[in-house]
Amino acid sequence: MSDETPAPEGGTASDWGFETRMIHAGAGPDPVSGSRQIPIHQTSAYAFHDVDHAASLFNLQTFGFIYSRLGNPTVASLEQRIASLEGGCGATCAASGHAAQVLAFFPLIEAGERFAASTRLYGGSVTQFSRTFPKFDWQCDFVDTEDLSAVEAVLAQGAKALFVESLANPGGVVTDLETLAGLTRAAGALLIVDNTLATPWLCRPFEWGADLIVHSATKFLSGNGTVIGGAVVDSGRFDWSASGRFPGLSEPEPAYHGLKFSETFGELAFTVHSHAVGLRDLGASMAPMNAFLTLLGTETLALRMERHCRNALAVAEWLTEHPKVEWVSYAGLPTSPYRELAEKYLPNGAGSVFTFGVRGGYEAGVRVVEKCELFSHLANIGDARSLIIHPASTTHRQLTDEQRAAAGAGPEVVRLSIGLETVDDLVRDLDGALAAA
Amino acid sequence: MASALRYSDSLIAGILRRVRTIAMVGASPNWKRPSNFAMKYLQQKGYRVIPVNPRAAEAGASILGERARASLAEVPAPVEMVDVFRGSDAALEITREAIRLREEKRIEVVWMQLGVRNDEAAAEAEAAGLTVIMNRCPKIEYGRLWGELGWGGFDRGVISSRWRRPVKGDERAG
Repeated sequence: MSDETPAPEGGTASDWGFETRMIHAGAGPDPVSGSRQIPIHQTSAYAFHDVDHAASLFNLQTFGFIYSRLGNPTVASLEQRIASLEGGCGATCAASGHAAQVLAFFPLIEAGERFAASTRLYGGSVTQFSRTFPKFDWQCDFVDTEDLSAVEAVLAQGAKALFVESLANPGGVVTDLETLAGLTRAAGALLIVDNTLATPWLCRPFEWGADLIVHSATKFLSGNGTVIGGAVVDSGRFDWSASGRFPGLSEPEPAYHGLKFSETFGELAFTVHSHAVGLRDLGASMAPMNAFLTLLGTETLALRMERHCRNALAVAEWLTEHPKVEWVSYAGLPTSPYRELAEKYLPNGAGSVFTFGVRGGYEAGVRVVEKCELFSHLANIGDARSLIIHPASTTHRQLTDEQRAAAGAGPEVVRLSIGLETVDDLVRDLDGALAAA
Repeated sequence: MASALRYSDSLIAGILRRVRTIAMVGASPNWKRPSNFAMKYLQQKGYRVIPVNPRAAEAGASILGERARASLAEVPAPVEMVDVFRGSDAALEITREAIRLREEKRIEVVWMQLGVRNDEAAAEAEAAGLTVIMNRCPKIEYGRLWGELGWGGFDRGVISSRWRRPVKGDERAG
């Protein structure tokens, strides 16, 4: 508070435009060196001034770094940026999108408790929730989120959260976030939205009432297929103390001398907890180099998403006319049953990941994938490169036939993640592959 | 429902730059309480924080090296800011005392902590020429405006490309 303390300039980040925050949020010049780009803080641990300073940090009485499992300056820059882009209060980065999902549920669900999840999810999330979470005695009820009475029923049975994807992978499905948020709010439960496929450029779930957002930073946020990473973003709006259903956040935490996170940190409680308890004990922290690469990616997010969406729409339109294509599931097409929801929730474009059905079933689907020259056959999405995969034999292989059908990953389905190449080249490559299928 | 409270960054920063001494009403001697957390942090940033806590005062106790006082009237002048670390109901009485003591103690700001809001008290204080902040924590606002809050992964709402020297005020940082 001395006179030499620098005056904060500029405005409030919410006053700045999205593109400005993509580049600047969480990233001023380094106070010591003036380094304009964020330094990669490749360090395991941080020096203390003295024992009292160390004690203050361990007691969560002051802000600062202890050990990079709990926090790292480069990772913190990315956390601030993602929080800003989503319009959230704070964010916690994790080693992967899957790690972020564990971190999201960890403060919320006690052993023996339940949450609900949409049937239309990335296959890896279905497997994580249905196979691995039960080992923590976290029980997941899958529900068709387009059947609102089924959602109400599962919330009435004690589900403490509902997990959905804003734009679902792989089906070209748009989720009615505002309606679902009304149901979770009425039930005293949280709405958790995986916003990976949409990114905050296309959709900002907090504006529709979501409580938490998770990301796989591996995808469009980093954007070049270089990184495995994830993030949990907190809206800061859920009142843990008033709810009483989330003792991990509102009741005394024995490992911190009986501190109550919601009482002590208010709207910061979830994010402080997910660093100080979640990352501390689960250990799935993001590496600083991965945070740096993701920061670089976010600087061009809007530009890339515009082109991703434009290319995807052109390819989807072309596919609908192709004789070997049975159907195309892209929410940006006028024929999509999700067109109306897409116009509401994704006004800037319907993303670049979608599916189509090849005539000839499983075998034809496999052949299309194998005959591509430019599209890369691999299990990822959200890359500058165009990607292709046959979900039934890969990403959704571990599911039952019923789960695959519900997830939009039947035997004839091919998933595309449209990249930033010349769109005519993408069309020519698919044309050749379809001809050979 | 009461409307949301909005304070500009420049208003909050101006208060935190101008104030030197804070009377913290409801400061707890228990180091695990939020008020004790906030008091310790503000001391580290160079503020003198004087605890107002009748029970601790009666026992002759000190909190973080500062003798506890039984009431605002016992706090030595000047004290530019009264930080209300009590429930919203108690805020009215505390604010009225601050208004009464305004000139004697040179009080300029009544600041009600995160979760504390009393619109009646605020109206009276503002009519008396005091600046009022409600439902905010000076520790969080300090951390937000001068960078440290970002270390925890929080959106600080501050964007600037100017090169600034490290935050002063933490005596041990030197």
